[in-house]
Amino acid sequence: MSELTTDDVYYYPAFLQALLEDHCDDATVAALLRQPAFAVYRNTVFKGCVDALAANYPAVQRLVGNDWMHAAALAYARDHLPRQASLIAYGEGFAAFLAALPAAEELPYLSGVAMLDRCWTEAHLAADQPMVESTALQNALVAGQDVRLVPHAATRWHHDAQHPVTTIWSANRTDPAIDPGDIDWQGEAALFTRPQAEVQWQAISHGACCFLDACREGQPVTLAAALAQAQEPDLDVAALLAQLLLAGAFTAFTFH
Amino acid sequence: MTTHTISAGLGLKPQHFDAALACGQAGLWFEVHPENYLMDGGPRLAWLQAIRERHPLALHGVSLSLAGPDAPDPDHLRRLAHLIERVEPVLVSEHLAWSRIAGHYLPDLLPVPRTSTTLARVAANINRTQDALKRRIALENPSHYLHMEQHAWSEPEFLQELVRRTGCALLIDVNNVHVSACNLGIDARAYLDQLPAAEIHEIHLAGHSADASLPGLLVDSHDAPVAPVVWALYQHLITRIGPRPTLIERDGNVPAFEQLLQERAMAADLLANVAQADQEQAA
Repeated sequence: MSELTTDDVYYYPAFLQALLEDHCDDATVAALLRQPAFAVYRNTVFKGCVDALAANYPAVQRLVGNDWMHAAALAYARDHLPRQASLIAYGEGFAAFLAALPAAEELPYLSGVAMLDRCWTEAHLAADQPMVESTALQNALVAGQDVRLVPHAATRWHHDAQHPVTTIWSANRTDPAIDPGDIDWQGEAALFTRPQAEVQWQAISHGACCFLDACREGQPVTLAAALAQAQEPDLDVAALLAQLLLAGAFTAFTFH
Repeated sequence: MTTHTISAGLGLKPQHFDAALACGQAGLWFEVHPENYLMDGGPRLAWLQAIRERHPLALHGVSLSLAGPDAPDPDHLRRLAHLIERVEPVLVSEHLAWSRIAGHYLPDLLPVPRTSTTLARVAANINRTQDALKRRIALENPSHYLHMEQHAWSEPEFLQELVRRTGCALLIDVNNVHVSACNLGIDARAYLDQLPAAEIHEIHLAGHSADASLPGLLVDSHDAPVAPVVWALYQHLITRIGPRPTLIERDGNVPAFEQLLQERAMAADLLANVAQADQEQAA
């Protein structure tokens, strides 16, 4: 029985190479690779990645079907092995990956749908925070004070300029299937918040996204409103603010 | 010992949260992979805490990579310690395996040659983990698929030496022993008989399956009920060492909660029989 003579740290990169490339430059690990059962390890590693992506992108999975998803997830996993030992948030770059995937060219909205799946996951996993004190905020605004609104840790939003991703996403995530002929083919946006226990979502306008973008950048609410109205001239900012507060989109405000 | 008063438990699946929360069976406990609960906040963590308020909970890690080339990820250990503070688990366990290299995580329990070099590295990693978590952990035997000429230690000897060096406990997965014994041609009963009884703090039971493409190979698939041969090995083990907290793991083809409770009742009955036999012998 041959005890490894030198520091056996060589073993690990050799095993990794055998897993990823199906060949191994190291003779000792190459002998392991020649055993048919080595495939169990390769299968388990990639099944773990693929299952995690399928769990984290359920609307994408439903849109494309199990086989297509499996192939895309496997390709993603080969290029982007997990960096975290917890897979609950695995697949951060999957939407961008889909956007560049030749096989997804016929599904130009797929990447946007993946973005919304990602928003849901991030909202689901985010830290618990209080919601902003609406009365105190209203008092400050009525008193003419300019404030900065701080988005809640669980608040996410995404705007797709070209595709009705909110409609497609919700049809494949929560709602019954819809007839593609009924979809008004234009850009859409969605807001995800976690006002109580569970993630909630709603369609919002492009102007609302601009408002939230500005808040995230730390802009005062007056400037955020102006930026939103520049994008969407007839935006009712008071109504938008009420909608966002009701959704629990903010955790706090600070004085400008 | 408090860990021995809990009886048979179940791996907790998210789809069973409500049923698990409502269940009031005596001695029932649950186990989860902490990796699935290392988020900053939100409903999953709240569910786990609700379960913990009604039932004992164990954390069974799959990713610390104790047999890996690097020390356990300090950030991961910090998050795990935080979760432990939050849910006060009755048991914390990990595997004699590796899964992390050069900043990448490979979601599997990968094998290492059992040499004096790896022994020292695993021992150091267990010590780091126990220091960071401020508690003893139990180390589980993984399933094996490969013949490794490099092994200088048998697995029972290796585990026993790790216990001696680090003070860790053992979690013996009887299904893994059976799967490994079949795949590598060793004697499962002789393996179990070599283990130090007092250090075994928990037992795992699960189903396995035959590999679809490799005749004769068993895979630790957790997608079926516990096999009769594994129940027999379990009976053999607890007859020797006495009752221990025993977990039924099920990760694929997950049946209704009631069906898992029936399987769990089989383990609870065997544990009760052994406990009674021990008492009669003592009397």
